[in-house]
Amino acid sequence: MLSHFLGVVFDGVAYGSLLFLVSVGLSITMGLMNFVNLAHGAFAMLGGYVCVLAMSRCGLPFLLALPLAFVAAAVVGVVLERLVYRRLYRASPLEQVLFTIGLTFMAIGAATYFFGPSQQPVQLPSFLQGQIRFLGIDFGRYRLFLVALVLVLRTTLGFLFGRTRFGAQVRAAVDNQDVARGVGINVDRVFTLTFGLGSGLAGLGGGLGIDMLGLDPVFPLQYLVFFLLVVAVGGAGTIKGPLAAALVLGVCDGAGKYYVPELGAFVIYLSMVALLVLFPGGLFGKRA
Amino acid sequence: MLVTRGLPHDRLRPGELAFWALPLLAFFAFPDHLVLGSQILVTALFAVSLDVLLGYAGIVSLGHAAFFGVGAYTAGLLSVHGYREPFGGLVAAALVAGALGFAVSLLVVRGDDLSRLMVTLGIGLTLQEVANRAAPVTGGVDGLDGIVMNKLFGVFDFGMDGRTAYLYSLGVLLVIFMLLRRVVASPFGLALRGLREGSARIPALSISVRRLQIAVFTLAAAIAGVAGALLAQTTAFVGIDVLGFPRSAELLIMVVLGGAGRLYGAVVGTVVYMVAQDALSGVSHVYWQFWVGALLVLLVLFARGGLLGGLDALLLRVRRAP
Amino acid sequence: MRHSTTVSESMFLRLVLAVFGLCAAIACNSPKKTEAAPAPSAAPASPTGPVKIGVLASFSGPFADYGKNIEAGMRTYLKLHGDTYGGRKVELVVRDTTGPAPDVAKRLAQELLTRDKVDFLAGFGFTPNAMAVAPLATEAKKPMIVMNAASSVVTTKSPYIARFSFTLPQVTAPLAGWAAKNGIKKVYSLVADYAPGIDAETTFKKAFTAAGGQVIDAVRVPLKNPDYAPFLQRVKDSKPEAVFIFLPAGEPGIAFMKAFNERGLAKAGIKLIGTGDLTDDSVLMAMGDSTLGVITTHHYSAAHDSPENKEFVKAFGEVSGGRRPNFMAVGGYDGMAAIAETLNTLHGAVDGDAAMRVLENLKLTSPRGPISIDPATRDIVQTVYLRHVEKVGNELFNVESERFENVKDPGK
Repeated sequence: MLSHFLGVVFDGVAYGSLLFLVSVGLSITMGLMNFVNLAHGAFAMLGGYVCVLAMSRCGLPFLLALPLAFVAAAVVGVVLERLVYRRLYRASPLEQVLFTIGLTFMAIGAATYFFGPSQQPVQLPSFLQGQIRFLGIDFGRYRLFLVALVLVLRTTLGFLFGRTRFGAQVRAAVDNQDVARGVGINVDRVFTLTFGLGSGLAGLGGGLGIDMLGLDPVFPLQYLVFFLLVVAVGGAGTIKGPLAAALVLGVCDGAGKYYVPELGAFVIYLSMVALLVLFPGGLFGKRA
Repeated sequence: MLVTRGLPHDRLRPGELAFWALPLLAFFAFPDHLVLGSQILVTALFAVSLDVLLGYAGIVSLGHAAFFGVGAYTAGLLSVHGYREPFGGLVAAALVAGALGFAVSLLVVRGDDLSRLMVTLGIGLTLQEVANRAAPVTGGVDGLDGIVMNKLFGVFDFGMDGRTAYLYSLGVLLVIFMLLRRVVASPFGLALRGLREGSARIPALSISVRRLQIAVFTLAAAIAGVAGALLAQTTAFVGIDVLGFPRSAELLIMVVLGGAGRLYGAVVGTVVYMVAQDALSGVSHVYWQFWVGALLVLLVLFARGGLLGGLDALLLRVRRAP
Repeated sequence: MRHSTTVSESMFLRLVLAVFGLCAAIACNSPKKTEAAPAPSAAPASPTGPVKIGVLASFSGPFADYGKNIEAGMRTYLKLHGDTYGGRKVELVVRDTTGPAPDVAKRLAQELLTRDKVDFLAGFGFTPNAMAVAPLATEAKKPMIVMNAASSVVTTKSPYIARFSFTLPQVTAPLAGWAAKNGIKKVYSLVADYAPGIDAETTFKKAFTAAGGQVIDAVRVPLKNPDYAPFLQRVKDSKPEAVFIFLPAGEPGIAFMKAFNERGLAKAGIKLIGTGDLTDDSVLMAMGDSTLGVITTHHYSAAHDSPENKEFVKAFGEVSGGRRPNFMAVGGYDGMAAIAETLNTLHGAVDGDAAMRVLENLKLTSPRGPISIDPATRDIVQTVYLRHVEKVGNELFNVESERFENVKDPGK
């Protein structure tokens, strides 16, 4: 029984890690620029398709295709930010919502046009397939890889935002944009770079998620709820917030489906509503 | 007709009279398209309810379909279990949806824009799951069928040609629209506009922001419920996607397309969107989605008032020309 | 302020009421347009114009393949046997339901009947869509040819429905019997949570228990479900001898197989048995070698060895641009054959009731094997095959090993 429980928790942690990876960019964007970017899922999808293309057209192995996904999504993010997102920072939430939904629709349409409506298959390298037995529990290799990767990224991000000058600039801008500008920080550049980073991470998450979450053109809308959920519950503007929220939600969802499958998706939505009511600003939000 | 000038009054401008003559004319001009027509009318009512929330009170909701769906299931279930009076169904739906709206509004008034967005989204998704789980009652994914309505006024049958359905929907839309028109012109309506502007002065006028939000949310929910009931009654079917996020998102697009904050904008947006969708339905669904997305992006970047806003600007320019 | 030329709101509403009353009076007195259509016995449709067949299926979204296969199946028949029957040309009017969307299907059907004035309704990739449209077929008295929807209850929803696909109980019951006879005693059931899935689960439980086996647990996964991992973990931890599956054909099967392998259920010695939807011919190659050895029961395999099937597979490849037909394609093919037979027998005079008489007594040699319609239920009676996934040449196929003949739908 305990081994089953541990297995369920591990699965939830893996799922949550993936959600975190995609959502962390959204959290920073929302916290930093106060911008509701519902098109975030589209960046993840972009990363996923780039990964697929790299593997099928260029014959790259999976592990090399992943950084490519990151770069592609980051570049697109930077370009879009400079060209269009920038104009809407002062716009109302409604306009941001509509704009980004519009972008998402366009992305979905384009993806269907170029790749067709079906799921994209992905061939994982053989050392990442199957399971490892450890202490009587079967751990999926791919999920182990995921968790390890996210741990590394989390540490890197933590270092980036906590100990570098750039990180200090970002945190300053999140706390108070005007004062940050006043102190001489090039807030516009910070925005662009952060948006690019966030989008790149989403793209990486999209590539990594092909195996677990699937990749088809409706991906952005399908999973948008979960990304928003993670950010809203965790609190926008931080890293540990979405991480905690993603892990909690991942485990709850997995445990719910395992122990009480009749409840299905209920668990995750009800938990979200409950958490939001209890913590309106998110678990670790920047000043509710 | 479009520019709101002068103090609000209860007299209809000539433009409005002309506007409402159109659906009546359509009834005679397009007898083969009445099924689509009544669905447009029902959706227009739904859109108007969102406009009150969004355009007048400035509350962005991504889960408005929840109330629509609740109204639809209420009317549908009533019929399936023997109560087949059309108007009674509408009233019941309004009450149930309104009650739910009231309950949700208590959650919604806490927190900021983002958490409001998430809560409304979450409610919509949760309700959809509930409908799914309660499949023995609601029919789940397979849908609720077996809805039969009594004759309207005891005389008019809801036939397959859609004539009764069309006039019924038009009538309900008209009555509620006039009601709302009165409401938004009232002090309550003006206070709502204050909400949308984000004015900090509202509390200074000793009006409770919370009470306002709760009231408008409940009202919008009740009307959405009526629209849902209309759909259930006129199509004799309730599918589980009446509660879905795509429906809420599409509605948002229709309201903004026509121009939020004008009531008429919601109707215009709905008509344009749904007619275009039907006309282009031969073309792949995929391309439709792409162009709607592009339209939205362009709308936000360049035409923030939607169609009617653009029309207004045009009229203003025309009037100013010597 | 101009008030003299306009009316107040209350005056307006009263005016409107009057106008409505007028409209209603006019509408009441003019003959209903649809009365011309639903009484064909009184005034048969023109026996010279084209026969219009309204095809409702999904052509977009994750289930886009359903519609494509059904339509291609229909067109394959037209290609092989021409497009004129009973002296009239056949025209397909195709509409996209976008997936399991009963209200969309209903609205489209209504338009097909009133606007396009079709003579037949056909297609129906999903049970919910078929159920929503059934009352319309009854009201308009038009035959409704179901080419895929597989839940038992569908044919009971209207006396104008004839089904040419299959039902879940029909293919599940033989599987349960076979499993019990072949040393499988403990089974875990996993089905998609909608009418056909519930049909499959119920039938399997009944048949398997009656044959001496034990269904240790059953789980229903949401229809639009991306992640099978937690459900499969639960299955694995319960240690059954086999897991019985029903999922809608196509994408869900691919995702399921992936998770099945990732979780190591095969390595743990758990066999996979299910309905042929899992190893649907059109996605079998995409699922890859991990499907080798999977045991399914179904009514059609592209590897079926008969001259009719060889001809069908070849022509289908030409019509569809090189694809392999699957059971939905053969549903489309046979449904079209049925319509053609009906038109020939009635010499082109399409009358709903007369057409149903012909359909009820139909017997055909289909690419899948011999089929007939049960006049009592208007449902299909056919041979169900037990198959294993094997490699034939370089490709994966469902190779038939046993057959169960003349299986009626046990669900009724």
